[in-house]
Amino acid sequence: MAYYDEEDLDRFQEISRERPELFTAFMHWYDAVLQEGALTKREKALIGLAVAHAIPCPYCIDSYTQTCLDAGSNMEQMTEAIHVAAAIRGGATLIHGLQARRVVEKLSL
Amino acid sequence: MNAHPDNAFENRIAELGFSGLYSDRATTLQVNMGKVCNQACKHCHVDAGPNRTESMNRETIDQVIHALHAFHFETLDITGGAPELNPYFRLLATEAVQMGMHVMVRHNFTVQFTPGCEDLPQFFSSLGMEVIASLPYFLQQQTDAQRGRGVFAQSLQAMRRLNEAGYGQEDTNLLLNLVYNPAGAFFPPAQEALEQEFKRELLQRYQLKFNHLYTLTNMPISRFLHWLQQSGNEARYLKKLKQSFNPAALPGLMCRSTLNVGWDGKLYDCDFNQMLELPAGGETMRLEHLTEEMLQGRRIATGEHCFGCTAGCGSSCGGAIIQTGGVA
Repeated sequence: MAYYDEEDLDRFQEISRERPELFTAFMHWYDAVLQEGALTKREKALIGLAVAHAIPCPYCIDSYTQTCLDAGSNMEQMTEAIHVAAAIRGGATLIHGLQARRVVEKLSL
Repeated sequence: MNAHPDNAFENRIAELGFSGLYSDRATTLQVNMGKVCNQACKHCHVDAGPNRTESMNRETIDQVIHALHAFHFETLDITGGAPELNPYFRLLATEAVQMGMHVMVRHNFTVQFTPGCEDLPQFFSSLGMEVIASLPYFLQQQTDAQRGRGVFAQSLQAMRRLNEAGYGQEDTNLLLNLVYNPAGAFFPPAQEALEQEFKRELLQRYQLKFNHLYTLTNMPISRFLHWLQQSGNEARYLKKLKQSFNPAALPGLMCRSTLNVGWDGKLYDCDFNQMLELPAGGETMRLEHLTEEMLQGRRIATGEHCFGCTAGCGSSCGGAIIQTGGVA
């Protein structure tokens, strides 16, 4: 059994079988979020790609890579977006070093 | 119920209440002068290349010139292959311009480096032809991946020659329009936004100018279909085309205002149907048998590939059909 199957993206609708009103509400919100607004569709697609890598979710990476290509992004731009996600994840890890430092300081003579 | 078990496109438009796709008055004659080309692009729906030999002969050229006059076409759209490599290309273009027609040529830039073609920018400008040139991207990697190694650098040189001949400049009427094809199994982005990006990047990086950018969807036929199959992308790409069907693209489909002629004089509804050998009017007909009745209200032969022209913002030889919004 494959844990992640690209065909699953087409089966997303099946999540609506139980509590369809919740799924419908989610989809309306999701579609509205991704519409062009103060940010372009391309910018939103790049944010989606970065988040997909930060999560990290194979479904989202597959989907948002295609969305970025359809929106006209090139691999250089997509790589920069992924680096942004990686940098923030890295920074988040490092800043938590202060937590460790604080514990060490509390426990140390 | 599917009235057309082998034609998903006919079924889809039947759901909208259409009994078929019919032409308006054909005002453009698109002439494919042959499959001979100096390039062999991975996405080419013509399967054109340096090893092809099919090329329009003088007899057919004369029939084209006669038809342009007799049926009052307004525009001559010359394509190929690389049409400039046909020995009668200049004759056809000159005759059409002298008839007062708008003449456009689908140009691949690097053909200018073929012996005997060095003066093409001057030839085009002397006739005031519209040049529609292929440039997949403003970066080398994507362009060379699609069209062959070294194509990007040569394309920039050729574009500079056209700019020097007056093409793409604000103070001339010499139109240089670029064509963008996605370098893979994905859709083109919104045409207006990409045009602005191309203009900015080509000017800043290379000091090059053009008028408009046309975004085209890659057609799942011929060489591109073969690549889709080999790369495992076929099912996904076809599904994506169908899922992105946009009825708003139907009125602007180029097949509704264009008649297409193959290198051998056979008539088709579009260049894609020509490659699939789907004849206009349902049966093989040659240009010398063209009648007024065929030019208006003709039932257009369709197939699954037609989803390529109706996906998202639509796609035609003049780029996106719907000018607002984007596919993505």
